[in-house]
Amino acid sequence: MKKSVFLGTLATAALVAGYASATTLEDVKARGSLNCGVSTGVNGFSAPDANGVWQGFDVAICRAVAAAVLGDPMAVNFVPTTGQTRFTALASGEIDLLARNTTWTFSRDVDLGFTFVGVNYYDGQGFMVNRALGVSSATELDGATVCIQTGTTTELNLADYFRVNNMTYEPVPIETNAEAQQQYLAGACDVYTTDASGLAATRASFENPGDHVILPEIISKEPLGPLVRQGDDQWADIGRWTLNALVAAEELGVTSANLEQMAAGTNNPEINRLLGTEGTLGEMLGLDAQWAQRAIAAGGNYGEIFAANIGEATPIGLARGLNAQWTQGGLMYAPPFR
Amino acid sequence: MSDQATSFVRNDMLPPKEPPSSQVGVVKWARENLFGGWLSTVLTLLSIAAIVYIVWHLFPWFANGVWNADSLTQCREILNGATGACWAVIRVNWLQLVFGFYPPELYWRPILAFVLLFVAIAPVLFPSVPRKLLWFSGLYPFLAVWLLWGGTVWAPVLTLAGFVLGYLVLMAAGSLGTVIATGLTIAVPVLFWLFALGPLDDFLQGVIPLEIEPVASRDFGGFMISVVIGVAGIALSLPLGILFALGRQSTMPIIKWISVVFIEFIRGVPLITLLFTASLLLNYFLPPGTNFDLILRVIIMVTLFATAYMAEVIRGGLAALPKGQYEAADALGLDYWKAQRLIIMPQALKISIPGIVNTFIGLFKDTTLVVFIGILDPIGRASAIRATSDWQGIYWELFLFIGAVFWIFCFSMSRYSMHLERRLKTDHR
Repeated sequence: MKKSVFLGTLATAALVAGYASATTLEDVKARGSLNCGVSTGVNGFSAPDANGVWQGFDVAICRAVAAAVLGDPMAVNFVPTTGQTRFTALASGEIDLLARNTTWTFSRDVDLGFTFVGVNYYDGQGFMVNRALGVSSATELDGATVCIQTGTTTELNLADYFRVNNMTYEPVPIETNAEAQQQYLAGACDVYTTDASGLAATRASFENPGDHVILPEIISKEPLGPLVRQGDDQWADIGRWTLNALVAAEELGVTSANLEQMAAGTNNPEINRLLGTEGTLGEMLGLDAQWAQRAIAAGGNYGEIFAANIGEATPIGLARGLNAQWTQGGLMYAPPFR
Repeated sequence: MSDQATSFVRNDMLPPKEPPSSQVGVVKWARENLFGGWLSTVLTLLSIAAIVYIVWHLFPWFANGVWNADSLTQCREILNGATGACWAVIRVNWLQLVFGFYPPELYWRPILAFVLLFVAIAPVLFPSVPRKLLWFSGLYPFLAVWLLWGGTVWAPVLTLAGFVLGYLVLMAAGSLGTVIATGLTIAVPVLFWLFALGPLDDFLQGVIPLEIEPVASRDFGGFMISVVIGVAGIALSLPLGILFALGRQSTMPIIKWISVVFIEFIRGVPLITLLFTASLLLNYFLPPGTNFDLILRVIIMVTLFATAYMAEVIRGGLAALPKGQYEAADALGLDYWKAQRLIIMPQALKISIPGIVNTFIGLFKDTTLVVFIGILDPIGRASAIRATSDWQGIYWELFLFIGAVFWIFCFSMSRYSMHLERRLKTDHR
């Protein structure tokens, strides 16, 4: 049986190779579902709930794209990827879109041959220490033992930061966030460092969150965003403008509550163009006129997605900070829909 | 004479006295085993102290366990500062831990497949089970694949038909000489699977549509995937291992060298490397857009890995057989396969039982390594549970549960192998 499936697959592979020149959009439409790479579990960003339904901030991007392209936010096959498998999965075509809190860096964009379609979360590396240590700034951490996840950019950032500030540290290498929590709580290290969003989520899960402080220093830039394969600009545009549509919707005051009313037509031409009642933006993307409407209906605008998954009302409790709209002093800035 | 004083004659036996209290029961056992000398006394006292210490600290954690809560926060509220396990995480998520993303309305299918698994292996494991059930054991792999993955019934039926076709060819071509017959037996079914299976499947599906809802591999998870990979690996690696062990001892140079290179290459590479190859490297080799099932890739790699070990274990059994057994088989005029089947293998396999079961247990536990290629097996699923806001920060409960389930599987395998060794014992040691 196994052998036959293997050979059968090889035969199918030869057949499928003929179709490989089709665009990603055509592939996704033909398949009827979007293959979206997510993490194997990062609190607030992507994790399956008790019913096995994927939830989270990154998951919402996948659902918005699926809604825009296929009309159904649930038509997504979530492919769990690890830090090691994510890029290969995208490069080999196993997934169409990778939304796995991936930092946008030069080499990933240029050398690995991917296109980042935007930034959905501006993160940065921070430090958490026990309040009893009496440390109030990262510059006082000379000689500390630091719990750090191996093989990540955080490890390199940490080394850079301590070298620049002429401080020494002793690393305690660990594999996963869960292990890090255990080590940190057991006192194996004075400091735990990872992305600030992760620190906040971790601290929120402690029995006594008040006993731990997140230091004010953010030592790195971690723009996290979804990415696609390089070379299919139409598909990259769809990803980029779906994300932009969510951000623009918040700026323009389009929410999942007033979407229907807005879609009937407003006196703001930009809203009308976004929602497809004016102009032919959808057609230019290769989609229909209501694509952005459906993307927004999937999980609300950017602000609603943020609030529902990682915002201050959730246990993770992240403030908008850099991720506020540009009008509110943040960095979220969607180019005009024109 | 009668008044003559007779010396005392005892005419009933004294009842035996109780042995001294230090020579019986618990006291004797303790004196001999626990306090036999100052060294063992010290060690005993230290061990008791260690056990008391551990139980003292762990018992409240187990005893205070909370079963009814919806999140870690609720658990902590219920415990109200006391130390205690939050077993609620398992009560809430156990279906996820067992089935992964498998559609809940179809849970009966993996359950049925699992129950039938025992029916299928019973005749293999126990001689008292009717031999006729072996037919079911042969059909079971196809049935299980159909139940688990769903889809049209014709694909597994036609695959099975390929095997039947191969058997018929073997029977028909037997007179053409071993090489031609073997070649035809392999070539005809392969050609059948490659070219006839697809169209025939479509045709039969058109005529008699017999289909259950298909379930994609990516929906598999939890213990289900461990059992699927483990059972497939175990079932395939034993026969393949026997072939490679024989191949390594073969006098035909090509067969011998293929076997040696295969075994030494696979044994020289860590399993995790093979898994990464399956999940990453193959994607680059195959044409873009190919959808070569990930679980199938993993099963192939795990099977190859276990096969190499199995081959060496069985080679050990073969090496332990006295040369006289081979010569006796030759003297009886048996050909190679008959000699292997009737004389060599039954003895070699019996000698290798502990090693074989060792490899099986190792293989089953190694299935947890698939977590590194993004398959949500129990360990992967546990970290996904830990990644939700409700359960973040929970740690030991999930690992203990997973460990306990694995222990049940592995311990049963180990007990069965001991039973088998006793049953097959024919010497008079």
